[in-house]
This record gives sequence, C-alpha cells and structure tokens, in this order.
Amino acid sequence: MIANLAFYLFSFILLISAVMVVTSRNPVHAVLFLIVAFVNAAILFLLAGAEFLAFILAIVYVGAVAVLFLFVVMMLDVDFAAWREGFQRYAPVGSLVALVLFAELAIVMAGWTVAPAASYARMFPMPVNETNTVALGSLIYTSYLPLFQLSGIILLVAMIGAIVLTHRDRKRARTQNLAMQHARKPDDTLVMVPAKLNEGVVLPGKEAL
Amino acid sequence: MLIPLSHYLVVAGLLLVIGIFGIFMNRKNIIVIMMSIELVLLAANLNFVAFSGVLHDMVGQVFTMFVLTVAAAESAIGLAILVIYFRNRGSIEVEDVTMMKG
Repeated sequence: MIANLAFYLFSFILLISAVMVVTSRNPVHAVLFLIVAFVNAAILFLLAGAEFLAFILAIVYVGAVAVLFLFVVMMLDVDFAAWREGFQRYAPVGSLVALVLFAELAIVMAGWTVAPAASYARMFPMPVNETNTVALGSLIYTSYLPLFQLSGIILLVAMIGAIVLTHRDRKRARTQNLAMQHARKPDDTLVMVPAKLNEGVVLPGKEAL
Repeated sequence: MLIPLSHYLVVAGLLLVIGIFGIFMNRKNIIVIMMSIELVLLAANLNFVAFSGVLHDMVGQVFTMFVLTVAAAESAIGLAILVIYFRNRGSIEVEDVTMMKG
C-alpha cells in the first residue's frame, strides 16, 4: 500500500518534471528539472528492486551527466529568447506524433500479458540470499565480461573523442619542446674566454663597452 | 515486486512520449533535444528494470547498466561537438547544421 502510494507520488513528479524539461523557457531550468527527473527515476528503480542501479543513476547521472549539461548550458553564451521561436509552429506536428505514438503503445499494451512460460526462460534468476549489488557484480564479471569490457572501451573512446574535439592549442602557451632541448649543444650558448692576469675579461659582442 | 508491471509500463510509455514530443518541439535548441534523448533512454531503462523485477531476472539490470554507459558516452560526445560547433558558428541552431555538409 505504502509502496503503491510512493510509486504514484514519485512517478507523478517524474512525469511533471519531464514535461518541464521539454517545455521550460530557460535551459538552465530544463537541466535542473532533468536532475529532478533522474532522482525520481532512481527512486522508481529502488521500488523495482534495482538498488545498485538506483544509486548509479543518482551518482553518475545527477552527479556527472546533468552537471555536464549544466556546464555547457552556462558556458555557451546563447540568446535564450531566440530558442523559443517556432514553438507554436511545431506544436501541432509534435502533439500529433506524440498522440499517435502513445495510442500505438496503448494498443500494444491493451492486449498483452506476460506469457506463463516467461519465468522458465529466465537467463540468470535473482539469487535469493544475495544483495542486488553482489548479484549484479557476480554477473558482469563472469558471463557478461566481454560486454562489460566493451562498455569500458566505449567510455574510453568517448573520453578521448571529447578531449580531442574540444582541445585547442593556445599559441601563447609556453610549453616544453623536448626535441629542441635535446638538440641543444654547448657550442650554441657557451663561449670560452681566456682571462689574462690584471686585464679583466672582454666578452665577445660587448667590445664597444 | 510490490508494484504491478503495468504501472511501470504506463509511466515508461508516457516518459518516452514526452521525450519524443520534446525532440519535435525544440527544433532550435539542440541541448534540449539531447535532454529529450536522455528522457527516452530513461524510459527504456525503466522498462528494463521493471521487467527485471517482475521476472526476477538479473539480465535486465545488466543491460540497464550498459544503456547508462552508452548514454553517458553519447551525451559527452554530443556536448563536445556542440561546444566546437558553437565556437565556430556562434550559434547552436539545429536548422543551420545542414550547412556543414560538403
């Protein structure tokens, strides 16, 4: 009962904040509503029994991805007023597509039930006396290891790609040039001057003084 | 699972429809389009987790994790492209992007 009430409350907040993400005028507000939506989705994950994923969603999504969006929105100095142009123009088409899509989903859902044999087709049933994190970990490090490694490679490629794309050489930056340093010889900079007794030294190039 | 599966499916369906609607509505604003894509992926994840909970199968949660990974990579690359596009053009209007071809 309480779980049902919590589900209705958090899914209501989730849907409202999703609508606000799509329709809010200020993109900073949109990102903040996106954070609210992610937190509420994490609570729905929790209600479905996926504890580890709920906290991953809260930490990685709210902590990293949404903040990345926030950085980019604030870094780009764009004209917020111009963004809303064409909102009315596209409203009929967007509403039509959304309605058609929702009607199709409703039609599919109306005549659908879980097949009785579905529970026999499970690949990895949840272990009874293990926590969710242990069960997930014992799966991704054994049966799904190749996919897990592949997702790590995807993240690495994304990181390298983002750095390569946004990196730019600053012409004024003074950096080390190793090749130049290694090619440097004593003769380039060093001059031996014989110093006679009681006469001092005249540096080459400074004779006029 | 305490909550019936159909409740989760309705919420995920509505979330997906809202995301698609957002892609159509914000034609000028590619940041909001990317946020809408995040919403669509979140709807998919909600379905994965709900089915995983109902069928007591761990694979749904494993694949949710992979979807989260790919979504994070996608948004990072997309925002990087957005930043260099803004640096070159001074605007991020999606309708001008066709100028890039050729």
